[in-house]
Amino acid sequence: MAKLKVPVAASDHILGQPDAPATLVEYGDYQCPHCGHAHPIVKAVRKHFGERMAFVFRHFPLTQIHPEAENAAEAAEFASAHQRFWEMHDAIFENQERLGLPLLSELAAELQLSPEDLVEALRTQKYAPVVREQFLGGVRSGVNGTPTFFINGQRFDGPAEFNDLVEAVEAAMPKARGERAG
Amino acid sequence: MSKILAPGTAAPDFTLPVTPDQRLSLRALRGQPVVLAFYPADWSPVCGDQMSLYNEILPEFQKYKAEVLGVSVDGVWCHAAFAKDHNLHFPLLADFEPKGQVARAYGIYREQDGICERALFVIDENGTIAWSYCYPIAVNPGADGILEALQDLTEKRKSHGQVESAGRGK
Repeated sequence: MAKLKVPVAASDHILGQPDAPATLVEYGDYQCPHCGHAHPIVKAVRKHFGERMAFVFRHFPLTQIHPEAENAAEAAEFASAHQRFWEMHDAIFENQERLGLPLLSELAAELQLSPEDLVEALRTQKYAPVVREQFLGGVRSGVNGTPTFFINGQRFDGPAEFNDLVEAVEAAMPKARGERAG
Repeated sequence: MSKILAPGTAAPDFTLPVTPDQRLSLRALRGQPVVLAFYPADWSPVCGDQMSLYNEILPEFQKYKAEVLGVSVDGVWCHAAFAKDHNLHFPLLADFEPKGQVARAYGIYREQDGICERALFVIDENGTIAWSYCYPIAVNPGADGILEALQDLTEKRKSHGQVESAGRGK
């Protein structure tokens, strides 16, 4: 069974507490329709578990089949440099069918970030090394497509609808904690 | 049922069509590692993802000077259309006539289905199988196993080189 080779670190995009009993890591591609489908599901799963689960997103753009995915990932990193990663992340998935440079510029403007700076960052591929590093970590961990989820460091190979993820995350929770709660 | 060829076995040589007018022989790649990725069929969703993934990782394979070859029983024109559609930058070999002959030689032909298994082989620069693995047909195997095998080959070569030079020093 494939295991996450790059542990969750402070440099990650993380929602929730790093010491939460469960951590869900998603390797995703902003142009992948399956990731678009998973986006609201992940949100619902996060809401379901509240503080018991942390969520981490890492880039895995398949640029040869998704020509807009790399720019989208770099745009999210651009937003991250201005502490706006998750807003950009959500906005990209919510407007996935219009993905492209015009949309990314528009989203930057909505976040009060400079669209000119964004275009320049994409042109110079300023954030490409960060995206590539996340991609390669995913490859070494056995990411085999998008989205690929890891729950507490183990690759989750099952279907990833709401109930499947909730069940798998619940099963990965440390047992002692459940007993204490009961 | 036949068994997948194990590490340490000499990789059976073959010559297969790679385009309508080109053929490729395994022995022509002697001197560099070769990744043989057998997959059941062009166009099936899992295979598409798997080949797209290798396509994306090609620069990493190239760091190990490794050549990646996809192999299935599909014909050259089918491969050509599939490669074009998926923008693939590595060769797909047609194990088409006699059908599945190479897959049989590697112990991964599914007689009952007329296709090969989803199986990976890493062959070293001397033509010996260094690593092999047969995956469930519906699971995209990813690339972590291949990269680990290539890394092991590099390390083995390094330590072997050290032993040899130590020997010469005596």
